[in-house]
Amino acid sequence: MIARLSRRALLGSAIAAGAAMIAAPAMAQNIKIGAFLAVTGPASFLGDPEAKTLKLYAEKINSAGGVLGRKIEVIVYDSAGDAKQATTFAKRLIEDDKVDVIVGGSTTGETMAVVPLIDEARIPFISLAGASVIVEPVKKWVFKMPHSDRMAVEKAYIDMKKRNLSGVAIIGGSGGFDQSCRKEAQALAPKYGMKVVADETYAPTDTDMTTQLTKIKNTAGVQAIFGCGFGSVTSITARNYKQLGMSTPFYFNHGVGSQQFIDGAGGGAEGVRVPVAALLVAEQLPAGDPQKKAALDYGAAYKTAYKEPISTFGGHAYDGLQIALDAIKRAGSTDKAKVRDAIEQTKNHVGVDGTYNMTPADHMGLTLESFKLVEIRNNTWKLLE
Amino acid sequence: MTKSAAVRHAELGTASVAEFLQFLFSGITVGAIYALVGVGFAIIYSASNVINFAQGEFVMLGGMATMFLLSGGEPLWLAALLAIVITAAIGLALNKFAVEPAAHRRGGGASVVTLIIITIGASIFIRGAAEVLLGKDSHRLPAFSGDQPIDIFGAKLDPQVLWVLGALALAVVGLRWFFARTRLGKAMLATSCNRLAAELVGIDVRMILLASFGLSAALGALAGILTAPITLTRYDIGIMLGLKGFCAAILGGLGSPFGAVAGGLLLGIAEAMAAGYLSSAYKDVVAFVIILAVLFLAPGGLFGAKATERV
Repeated sequence: MIARLSRRALLGSAIAAGAAMIAAPAMAQNIKIGAFLAVTGPASFLGDPEAKTLKLYAEKINSAGGVLGRKIEVIVYDSAGDAKQATTFAKRLIEDDKVDVIVGGSTTGETMAVVPLIDEARIPFISLAGASVIVEPVKKWVFKMPHSDRMAVEKAYIDMKKRNLSGVAIIGGSGGFDQSCRKEAQALAPKYGMKVVADETYAPTDTDMTTQLTKIKNTAGVQAIFGCGFGSVTSITARNYKQLGMSTPFYFNHGVGSQQFIDGAGGGAEGVRVPVAALLVAEQLPAGDPQKKAALDYGAAYKTAYKEPISTFGGHAYDGLQIALDAIKRAGSTDKAKVRDAIEQTKNHVGVDGTYNMTPADHMGLTLESFKLVEIRNNTWKLLE
Repeated sequence: MTKSAAVRHAELGTASVAEFLQFLFSGITVGAIYALVGVGFAIIYSASNVINFAQGEFVMLGGMATMFLLSGGEPLWLAALLAIVITAAIGLALNKFAVEPAAHRRGGGASVVTLIIITIGASIFIRGAAEVLLGKDSHRLPAFSGDQPIDIFGAKLDPQVLWVLGALALAVVGLRWFFARTRLGKAMLATSCNRLAAELVGIDVRMILLASFGLSAALGALAGILTAPITLTRYDIGIMLGLKGFCAAILGGLGSPFGAVAGGLLLGIAEAMAAGYLSSAYKDVVAFVIILAVLFLAPGGLFGAKATERV
C-alpha cells in the first residue's frame, strides 16, 4: 500500500515537473547566480560575509522588481575553503543548477582549481579572491573583484619611499596567499628602490613569532617591515612586535583588513599601516570620493540586516553581484558569451572596492587610487591620504 | 673616535646573549603550551591506553567558553571556573555516551583503535557544534597580569607565560601526588597496568575511565584558558593545539605527565632555536626530525614506561 502510494506520488510529481518544464518558456525564468564560498572552515571570515551579502542583495533586488523583469536566484555552496570541494560544487552549479554566472571562490586556491572547468563550460566567472595570478595572464571567462596582492605591495612601497625607508624586512606565513604576496614583495622591490634585507617565515598555525621578529630586529639595515598574511597569526605577530618593544615602521598587506586583527593584537596593532578597500574607512572619505556613497550604503544595509560589523570581504561579493547583474542588463539576456563580453566592457562602474574599468587585457579593472592606505590608531582605522 | 675592539666585542656579546635568551623565551612560550595540552593526553592514555583526539577540543572549549561567559558580563575568575566545569561535564558526557557504550558492549568491548576513532568523531562533532553555537571569529582573552613584557637581560617575556608555567608545575606536582597517594589515582594506575586484575580486586573500571575523561577535560580547559591570551582562541584551534600536544606527549613518552612536559618544552625550544639560528622556513622540519630520531632510538618516548613483562 505504502509502495503503491509513493509510486503514485512519484508519478504525480513527475507529471508536475513535466508540466513545469513545458510551461517554463512561457514564464520568465529566474536569473541564476551560482556561488561556492568558504562559508565554514579556516577561511570562513571571507566566505561568511560574502554569502550573507549575496543573499541580502538578491532579496533587495527581487523586492525592487529584479533584473530584466526576472527574479534573481542565488545558489550558494559551502566549499569550506577546500579546492577539491570547490571543483565539485562548481561542476554542480554548471551541470545541475545550470547557473548563468558564477560569483565566488573566496580563496585563490579554490579559484585557480575551478578555472579549467570554467574554460570548458564557457561560463562567466567572477572571483572574490586576492592573488594577481587569477587574472594574469588574462583568462577569457575569468574576472576578479578585490585589489591584488601586488597592489598592496606597491601601495606600501610607495609610502615607504615617501618616508625615505629603503631597507625592508618581509615576514609572512607559508600558506599560498602569503607566499604569493611575498613573491610580489621580492619582485617589486627594485622597481621602487627598495632592498629586501630579511625574509622570515612562520607556519599558519604558529603561536609565537618573537624569534622571527628578533632576527629582523637584529638585522642591520632594516628600516621597515612588511607583513604578508591573514588571520589570527597576524594578530599574534603584531602583539609580539609590541612585546619586543620594536619601533620599526610596520606595514601589512590587506589580508588583515578586519577588526579582529586589531582586537586580537591587544594594542600591538597601533601604528601599523595597511592598504585597505575604501569600505573600511567609508565615513572618513572626502565628500567627492566616488566610493563614499556606495560604501556607506552597503555598510548600512549589511549592518541593519546582520547586526555585525562589515568586513571588506563582503564588499567584494557586493561588487561581484552588481557587476554580473549590470552586465546581464546591458547584454539584455543571460546568454553566456554576451554576458562575458558585457563584463569585459564594464566602464566606470562604481563599486565599494573601487571604480571598475575592465578591458580585454585587464580583468580586474581597479587602479591604485581606490586602494586606501590607513594607519591603526586608537584601535580603529585612520585614513592617511 | 672608534670604539675599542674590546668594548665592541662586549656589546656584541650582550647582544647575542639577549638574542639567545629571546629565542629561549619564545621556545618556552610555545613549549609550555604544547606541554600543558600534552599532559591531558597522558592522563587518559594512562587510564585506558586510549589516545583521546578530542583533547584539543577540550582546550578550545576552555578558551571559547570563558570568552563567551566574559562577554556575558561574568568576572574573569568566575568565567574561567565555569568554563572548566562545563568542559569537564562535556568530557564526562563524551565518555558516558560515546566511549563507554562501545568499550563495555555486551559480548566483548570494542578495541582501543575503535575507541580512538570514536574520539576523532567526537572532536569533529564538538568543533562543529562550537562553530555553530559560538561563532567562527577568533577571540583574545585579556592577559591575566597585563601586557607589559618582563625584561630579562634585554630579552622580553610575556607575563602570561609565567601563568602557563605555573599551571604546568602545579599540574605535574598535583598529578604525581594524585597517582601516588590517592585511592582513585592508584586505581587508575592499576587499571592501566592490568585491566582484568584491577577488575578482579574490585576496582570499578568504568568509574576510572569516567574520572580520567573528566580530569583531562578539566585540565584541557585550564590550558585553553591560560593560553588564549597568547594564541588567541577560535572554534578550530583545537586541531593545531591538539596535534602539537600529541607530539609533546609521544615525544616524552605516552602516559607520563612529566614526559609530556619535557617533550613539550623540548619541542618548543627546538622549534625556536631552529627558526632563530638556522632558518624560520625549516623550523618545523627540525622539530619533526627530532621526533623521528627520538622515536627511532627510544620507541617508548623519552620518559615512557619500558615495556617489561614479568613472568
